[in-house]
Amino acid sequence: MLRAAAAGASRHWRLAAGATPGRSSAGVTRSLSAAATADPTASLRKEVQTAPTAGGTGIGDGSSAALADGKHFTVTLFPGDGIGPEISAAVQTIFAAANVPVSWETHEISVANVKPGDPLVSREALDSVLRNGFGLKGPMATPVGKGHKSLNLTLRKELALYANVRPCVSFPGVKTPYDNVDLVTVRENTEGEYSGLEHVVVPGVVESLKVITRTASQRVAEYAFKYAADNNRSRVTAVHKASVMKQSDGLFIEVCREVSELFPNVEYEEMLIDTCASALVMDPSRLDVMVMPNLYGDIISDLCAGLIGGLGLTPSGNMGAACMLAEAVHGTAPDIAGMNKANPTALLMSSLMMLRHMKLAAKADDIERAVHAVLKEGKYRTGDLGGSASTTEYTEAIIDKMSTGK
Amino acid sequence: MQSSRLLQAAARRAGAAIRGLGHDVAAAGGGPSGGRALNSLAASSANWSSNAAAAAVQLNPFPLGGTLNQMRTATLLPGEGIGEEVNGALVEVFEAADVPLEFETFRFSNYEEGLPQEVINSFKKNLVAMKGPFTTPVKSKYTSINILLRRDFDLFANIVHAYSIPGVQSRLGGVDVVMIRENTEGEYSGMEHEAVPGVVESLKIITEARSMRIAQYAFAYAAANNRKKVTAVHKANIMKSGDGLFLDCCKRVAAEYPYIEFEGMIVDNTCMQMVSRPQQFDVMILPNLYGNIVTNIAAGICGGPGLFPGANIGENGAVFEQGARHSGLDIAGKNKANPTGQILGGVMMLRYLQLTKHADAIENAVMRVLEGNKARTPDVGGSATTTDYTKAIISHLE
Repeated sequence: MLRAAAAGASRHWRLAAGATPGRSSAGVTRSLSAAATADPTASLRKEVQTAPTAGGTGIGDGSSAALADGKHFTVTLFPGDGIGPEISAAVQTIFAAANVPVSWETHEISVANVKPGDPLVSREALDSVLRNGFGLKGPMATPVGKGHKSLNLTLRKELALYANVRPCVSFPGVKTPYDNVDLVTVRENTEGEYSGLEHVVVPGVVESLKVITRTASQRVAEYAFKYAADNNRSRVTAVHKASVMKQSDGLFIEVCREVSELFPNVEYEEMLIDTCASALVMDPSRLDVMVMPNLYGDIISDLCAGLIGGLGLTPSGNMGAACMLAEAVHGTAPDIAGMNKANPTALLMSSLMMLRHMKLAAKADDIERAVHAVLKEGKYRTGDLGGSASTTEYTEAIIDKMSTGK
Repeated sequence: MQSSRLLQAAARRAGAAIRGLGHDVAAAGGGPSGGRALNSLAASSANWSSNAAAAAVQLNPFPLGGTLNQMRTATLLPGEGIGEEVNGALVEVFEAADVPLEFETFRFSNYEEGLPQEVINSFKKNLVAMKGPFTTPVKSKYTSINILLRRDFDLFANIVHAYSIPGVQSRLGGVDVVMIRENTEGEYSGMEHEAVPGVVESLKIITEARSMRIAQYAFAYAAANNRKKVTAVHKANIMKSGDGLFLDCCKRVAAEYPYIEFEGMIVDNTCMQMVSRPQQFDVMILPNLYGNIVTNIAAGICGGPGLFPGANIGENGAVFEQGARHSGLDIAGKNKANPTGQILGGVMMLRYLQLTKHADAIENAVMRVLEGNKARTPDVGGSATTTDYTKAIISHLE
């Protein structure tokens, strides 16, 4: 079972490495193992590291840059467009005040900086994330017109980001019709309805292909259970529509069921997507960690974000075979860009997911407590939450509440 | 007069669709909550019948079968789980209200044989049916009864109306949304295969013909029911060809209705909006799977899946049911199920059959019981049994 998973992951890595032209295998090895140290599925990877790859070169267990460096991390930062630079600066300021052992490698990626037809994300930028093992991405403007490949799809593919994780926890003091929401959506990020395979059979008839594979299902299911186990979560719910899509969604839940047997301490259940949606709006406490194919994850994660007050507050992390990319999933808010009004909470919360992934949970907890305290107090709130504080004031208020910030 | 002309135009386009739909609206709006009951509907309907009768004969996609005041029959499929109880309640209420309708009841649950021939015959004869929930075992390789019904009889439009009911506790108020879901294609094509071991491909099919049909239906509904806005829900940013075609069809039909506001909304954003600002929605058009999800969210925010009615309408008949289908296997046989959705589904059917007075009487009784908190089932915060709740409704019939 585990062996099968590892073999799957290994195939996946080879793909990732193969898609990286002009890089030495040593470079690949280094970035892969660096990620493995911080990845919760690291134990699964041990087998992979000794498995021969296609080219005959073993993925060695080369020393992790992160660990060798006395727990100092380099993070690739994509500040993004619109309010991106301001909220990124807020995160950097808070990290500095908290003495988080992180240094930044900034890459300005913006549709404004590239010629039509060129890739939005440069090879150097992608390599930087793979090398460092961690990336933080602000909001980015969507290119209008053709000629650009979707940025998110490029990142997902090039960085082999297989799972999107969105914890949605109610913020004290942010009033919504739903209190005490505490949900985690784990979304398969590489296949399903997002295969991009569509064709016109005859004029007026379009077929879109949804692809579900055992390999990708297993990888995301294992991540979900590992996440649940590591974060003291009691239950994983596999969300599906296997009553209708009997083979594809059927395969997904079959794999989830198999993986669940490896985690006897985590409860497992299966739920239809419509029942799940209904349950979430009737009683969100009914659910805990949810794992699901791509499209359902897209829908349910946004629904959960709605329960706690929207995308401006919701963190998001993408797990890759060799890296983690934390991101803000909200828009670039061009109307308030550069005006020191933006709310950096979503990007900050995403960066805290990254810290926990680096096993810097104490730092993350300290900053999160401070965010909650500031929001609860309600004195410093940005305009989107009905306050009048500037980004800078809100940032300073958070630093004030941190135990390490004083 | 202006609006009446517009309604006529819409009526011509969709043939008798408007009649079935129009009455359906009153089902939703006629209660104390809706406030959208169309007094003008009857008038416009009368206009329509005199001016556009010829068109109706040609286009009539929704044969109503019998005539007014004539005892007629409908097919009743109680289904599984709570189906027996909620349909029992429906039949009792209909009897107490002297509804001139007789049910032909069929009990079955054998998936392996599909729809029994006698059910098919009965429905072909009656053209209307009430249906309880049918569960589909995930492991069964047979197609669900729900899908068979709508596929075999081409019941292309699934209509679910969710709205805030006075007296019913819900997290978000002021909601009144009609969801019109394409019921025959999309992700429910049933076409799947294992390309190589461990790799399954599933086909989603979107056609221009069926997208146009559902869009025309939705706009005709909106026009006939004085609705102001239609939202088409899609994921055309990812499924550019499939959902792109669907959205394009909606836009083309929208162009024929300049007096109805139109917008497209991506399905994930729709779900987020539905739990934060659901009041912005009026009529929605949805491809099959998104419809399944969004109707359940809408019913959930308005108090629960047991409360709201639904209809499956096509050229070959109409099947009415509880809007968000839930078989409630966990509470089946415990006399706890909420029959409201099923009874209001019956009200929709009565309006479809032009038994408006009976429909109004039953709907008013249901609304008064819920508003007055007289008797209430556990799912909406009460402790009444299905039987007690049904008795309370009957006692409020006028």
